[in-house]
Amino acid sequence: MNDPFEGTAPASVGADELFFGFLKVGLSGFGGVLPFARRMLVEERAWLTEREFTELLSLSQFLPGPNVVNLSIIVGNRFRGPLGSLAALFGLMLMPFLIVLALAALYARFAEFEAVRGATAGVSSAATGLIIATGLKMARPLSAVHWQIPVAALAFVALAIVRVPLLWALLALVPISVALAWRTRQ
Amino acid sequence: MIPPVLIELARQFGLLSFLAIGGVNALIPEIYRRVVDVEQWISSAEFAQAFAISQAAPGPNLLIVSVIGWKVYGFLGALVATVALCAPASVLTFGVAHVWDRFRDAPLRAAIQRALAPITVGLVLASGYILARAADETLAAYAITVATALLALVTRVHPLWFLAVAAALGAFGVG
Repeated sequence: MNDPFEGTAPASVGADELFFGFLKVGLSGFGGVLPFARRMLVEERAWLTEREFTELLSLSQFLPGPNVVNLSIIVGNRFRGPLGSLAALFGLMLMPFLIVLALAALYARFAEFEAVRGATAGVSSAATGLIIATGLKMARPLSAVHWQIPVAALAFVALAIVRVPLLWALLALVPISVALAWRTRQ
Repeated sequence: MIPPVLIELARQFGLLSFLAIGGVNALIPEIYRRVVDVEQWISSAEFAQAFAISQAAPGPNLLIVSVIGWKVYGFLGALVATVALCAPASVLTFGVAHVWDRFRDAPLRAAIQRALAPITVGLVLASGYILARAADETLAAYAITVATALLALVTRVHPLWFLAVAAALGAFGVG
């Protein structure tokens, strides 16, 4: 396997270990599990050093797709090739997938009760607040680079207010933003 | 014979897989546009419910796609939607991981990463806006959203507490 980090890998991590390691990650967090992936990979099992994790995470976030899914693919591949990727991905997704469908079925079954509908609406409102807080936290470091806030504002207006298809928005915004980032590179 | 709606689920979410820069939180406006506005598979209220259910389950935040798939075509719909969102990007990731070291320190890569950061922020905040429009029908519901956002910004309370308190408030008719 032509893996960039091969030299620093631990002796051996089996496909079964990958499966169960990521199974635990999948069950650990709510509304995103990346912090728990770091805890499992770096602290608990020491499959990666802190620096390796940061490097692989940045690749997962750089590529399109769900970040933690990408991370499971990269880590699985690193230790066990394609089989490792599949083991890690299935481990990550299996239980959350079954649990969320069980919840969806329960909701459908009990939605006739006012309290159940009310509780779900409450969760929806609060989880929306959490997403807004996440966005605002991510926005804090942007103020250091003068062109980044206008780009963020443009993306917001395009998607939230004008509601253009994401593909068009990206085709317009990514080249502008890359050009600005390139011109202001250190 | 594969039901046409399953093929359409696979196509829609398969395309979304490649557009998911900055994770699934940034993808919500586009998911909403496709499944509520264009395909009209579910209503705006059902979208808000699917979001709530996905947040109440442990795991990656892409589960909203599983719930939408389930609403459209049961278990098979959930499976197809989830696999379609994960598979194309996973294959790409698998391919790129092998050549990544050559680009790791390239200036263009760093520039692209800095370029995507503000776009992701705009998309995540757009997600918040779209979800608030879909989820919050009353003044009390908006108040829960705003209070949660503020408290999550200034305190270090575990996010699940916000969901639990809001569920209790909602169950007793507030919101």
